[in-house]
Amino acid sequence: MTPQSTNSIGLTGSPEPAVVLPQPGSSGIRRRICDTTGLPICLDAQLFIRINAVLAIVCLLIGGIGAILLALTRWQTIHLLRVDWFYRILTLHGLNMLIFWILFIEVAILYFVSTSLLKVQLFSRKVAWVSVIMMFVGAVMVNVTILVGKADVTMTSYLPLLAHPAFYLGIILVAVGTLIAVYNYFATIYVAKRDKTYEGSVPLVVFGATAAAIIAVVTLLHGAVVMVPTFLHSLGWIAQPDPMWYRLIWWGLGHQSQQVNVCAMVSVWYFLGTMTTGARPINEAVCRSAFVLYILFINLASAHHLLVDPGVGSTWKIWNTSYAMYLAVLASMIHGFTVPASVEVSMRAKGYTKGLFAWLTNAPWKNPGFSGFFLSLLIFGFIGGITGVTLGTQQINIIAHNTMRIPGHFHATVVGGTTLAFMGLIYYVVPLIFRRDYIFKPLARIQPYLFATGIMMLSLGMSFAGSMGVSRRSWDIDGAGSIYGPAAHLMLGVAGIGGILAFLGLLTFVLLTVGTVLFGRSNVGRKMDDWGTPKPLVAKVAAASEHQSTRGTMVLAIIFLISFAVYYFANWKALADVWPVR
Amino acid sequence: MKEPTKKHPIQRLMDNPWLLLVLGVVIPTLSYTVWGWIELLLITPATLP
Repeated sequence: MTPQSTNSIGLTGSPEPAVVLPQPGSSGIRRRICDTTGLPICLDAQLFIRINAVLAIVCLLIGGIGAILLALTRWQTIHLLRVDWFYRILTLHGLNMLIFWILFIEVAILYFVSTSLLKVQLFSRKVAWVSVIMMFVGAVMVNVTILVGKADVTMTSYLPLLAHPAFYLGIILVAVGTLIAVYNYFATIYVAKRDKTYEGSVPLVVFGATAAAIIAVVTLLHGAVVMVPTFLHSLGWIAQPDPMWYRLIWWGLGHQSQQVNVCAMVSVWYFLGTMTTGARPINEAVCRSAFVLYILFINLASAHHLLVDPGVGSTWKIWNTSYAMYLAVLASMIHGFTVPASVEVSMRAKGYTKGLFAWLTNAPWKNPGFSGFFLSLLIFGFIGGITGVTLGTQQINIIAHNTMRIPGHFHATVVGGTTLAFMGLIYYVVPLIFRRDYIFKPLARIQPYLFATGIMMLSLGMSFAGSMGVSRRSWDIDGAGSIYGPAAHLMLGVAGIGGILAFLGLLTFVLLTVGTVLFGRSNVGRKMDDWGTPKPLVAKVAAASEHQSTRGTMVLAIIFLISFAVYYFANWKALADVWPVR
Repeated sequence: MKEPTKKHPIQRLMDNPWLLLVLGVVIPTLSYTVWGWIELLLITPATLP
């Protein structure tokens, strides 16, 4: 077992990490030692982390522009876009935000954790080039095809809707390119294990990234299975694949890709917990077991999307979305406890022991790395997690399927959760990998709050509008007359204002990050500027082995469970009201 | 001389990414994909009135 004195990124000792010396006989390895963390940075990996990060930010901006256009169209009072452009932008937004931005940044994460935390060279530059070129060309093909109006099929592109072949080929290129990057990752950790560049178990963050990579393999294989015949059909070479079969396999790509996000996001939580507060996992075995539950069971959640499909039976639906899937929900609740608990233990060890929440109120909330990750954790758990498990219950799903409650849920998980956590990560990636300190730091400090507030309003507005029956993916809800009433319109207005705030938060983030990469002050030869970490109140910080209370986190967990129970039973009540028994 | 400690089976599983990869591919493929595919194949075609 990895010793408890090791933190989530595999460093021992104090939160101020010691310098890691190059391994013996490594003169042929092109790398530098990070001036801030002391971690070795493989220069090959650094190049591809930079390229993938830049492409990720570009896709985030494209998807973000799509987001504001959609928010201002679903806000019925404004109703900005024409009908054809609504579905065009919906397709563009979905693919850039849910697939391209996330995959590019996840490849960057895989390259970083495998090389720096395992102290090994990236397996192959050539493979990395092939991967990134395929992903880039694929993403360009998809975006251009959409913008010229040849793929108004939304992200899911359900058959018999048919797009131009370039659309499917682009997705195949992105999927295969990502699969090649995942191969490069596994080959790198194989070399690290073979060359014994680490002792014992891999650091927790690497373990979490490995879990994400494993899930990505399943995801991308499903993508290949569904997209290749659809591509051939779009060329007119084969008959149309069965639409029900398409939906089954497509969701093996569409939903499972979001489980890659969950795994990567949790790894980022542990990473940022360590970087911002010096937190160490409170129990390595428990945290790793939770990742194993993800690997084995989280992919079954794809079945949520087929809960009202007639082709698959109730046994299949209930097994996959309830019994087996709840093991992955258990894993999320474990992480939801261990991540804040590790921060609490670290803060109490520094002397912030007063009351239940002094550890939390004195946390480095002005550090965008911390606020990004902790707000991500709260939004993901309290909004995304609770709504997700409830909507994934077969019986309740019948009153929520294809309503705005569904995007209300996944904007809390994928955007409020994953994207916000990745933004927090990038506040460290740019200074550590691009070696430039952020410009306009006061703006960077408030950016996570702006983005989080916007996303929460967007998510809750969508969810409440959906509760009143407003359907998702609909250009005009008043086309058949005003059937939804003022409350639904009010909620769409809340979602619209939330969308504006979130877009401003996203734009701020992109401008700050691009501005820093271009004009930021170089930090070569010195540590990056400190975003702010909590200073110890005691002369001697308690050792990791000393017991610290986690009662503040326990109270948060109890509040979470009560919220969960209230929301869950309120939904059963709403379901019961559909069929009143008198 | 440091004595080799015997690893718990669960720890051995967690230290073996290749076994995790196999399990992570096989379990969802069987439970979600293959089972769902079989259910779709077993649908009897509707007869027209």
